[in-house]
Amino acid sequence: MTRKQRRLYFVLLGMLALGAATALVLTAINDTLVYFYSPTDIKAKHVGTDRRLRVGGLVEQGSVVKQGEIVRFVVTDLTTTLPVTFKGVLPDLFREGQGVVAEGKMDGAGTFQASEVLAKHDEKYMPKEVTEALKQSGRWQEEEGKK
Amino acid sequence: MHRFANPARFLRLAAAIQPWTAAATVLLIGAGLYFGLIASPADYQQGQTVRIMYVHVPSAWLGMACYSTMAIASAMALIWKHPLADLIGKSAAPIGAAFTFLCLVTGSLWGKPMWGTWWAWDARLTSMLILFFLYLGYMALANAFDDPTRGAKASAVLALAGFVNVPVIKFSVDWWNTLHQPASVTKIGMPSIDPSMLLPLLLMGVGFTTFFVTVLLVRVRSEIMASKIRAIRLMQIHSTPGAVASGEVVG
Repeated sequence: MTRKQRRLYFVLLGMLALGAATALVLTAINDTLVYFYSPTDIKAKHVGTDRRLRVGGLVEQGSVVKQGEIVRFVVTDLTTTLPVTFKGVLPDLFREGQGVVAEGKMDGAGTFQASEVLAKHDEKYMPKEVTEALKQSGRWQEEEGKK
Repeated sequence: MHRFANPARFLRLAAAIQPWTAAATVLLIGAGLYFGLIASPADYQQGQTVRIMYVHVPSAWLGMACYSTMAIASAMALIWKHPLADLIGKSAAPIGAAFTFLCLVTGSLWGKPMWGTWWAWDARLTSMLILFFLYLGYMALANAFDDPTRGAKASAVLALAGFVNVPVIKFSVDWWNTLHQPASVTKIGMPSIDPSMLLPLLLMGVGFTTFFVTVLLVRVRSEIMASKIRAIRLMQIHSTPGAVASGEVVG
């Protein structure tokens, strides 16, 4: 084996070991790397009222109720729902059927008391005319339902 | 591959390629800006803010492509000891750092009106910030030694070790829940981006790439010149005794 070959194998082995180590570490701390939990995760975990966390999902259609400064809405991941109460200014992209991430704590009654609400944008980019055409042809909902 | 490791051949090749990539950059970014800022529609959700994407996304691509170039060059420098590979790695770093910085800044400007926050510690944003710090660390390490060859070796190892971050950035949005949206263009099947918006994005993407190649060639050429000057000065020191003592030649 020449010295060049030895160095080549050394670098390849090193990269392989480093990649494997990174993969193991990332899998081990997987739970802390997620930015938010889904309503299903939160139900399964039985989180206490003292832990701050983030919940993410879609704002359920027709669930937004505004009472002065206080906004109530329901976050859904299409299997489980979670009621959220928030007092403050909502981001511009906050609307029913859109993704949202709320940060706060659970209260004793099973409602999520949010202190901050962020809008989550999806990966779709299209002009307004296209969405209207899709809605008219009835394909818009079909695409939404697939998610 | 080994043929191009010869600096003289590289200089000839670079001089031939450079005018073409420079012209392509002007044309592609010009067309990209026209389609991106004027001839493309506003988004159904984001409105005019969508236009930030035409700078943000290509910057992110190039930030990662630049790092990959640096990592490959570093591997070649460590294994085959090509002097040119060291120079390519060293020259690519500031360009990649600039792209990554641009990506972070434009992303932040987009995030405030869309998400409602300038910054979030989610996996995509954090791994991109780590990439920026890797660039800074690489540049600091490469220039930390009086002997450039020692700096080159240490920074090449850092570039290779940091390369594990690149797939993490790319797949962070698939592996974990993130505030950042998943990929639109490289999605399996159809890209979920309208053709009228995909065109300026791709024009800018290719334009940024030719810009990167142009600037990289300029920087590598000047690095070759600098190392030639260094060699000539060293020769002068050795041929004229007493030159160092009198302070005539500063290396």
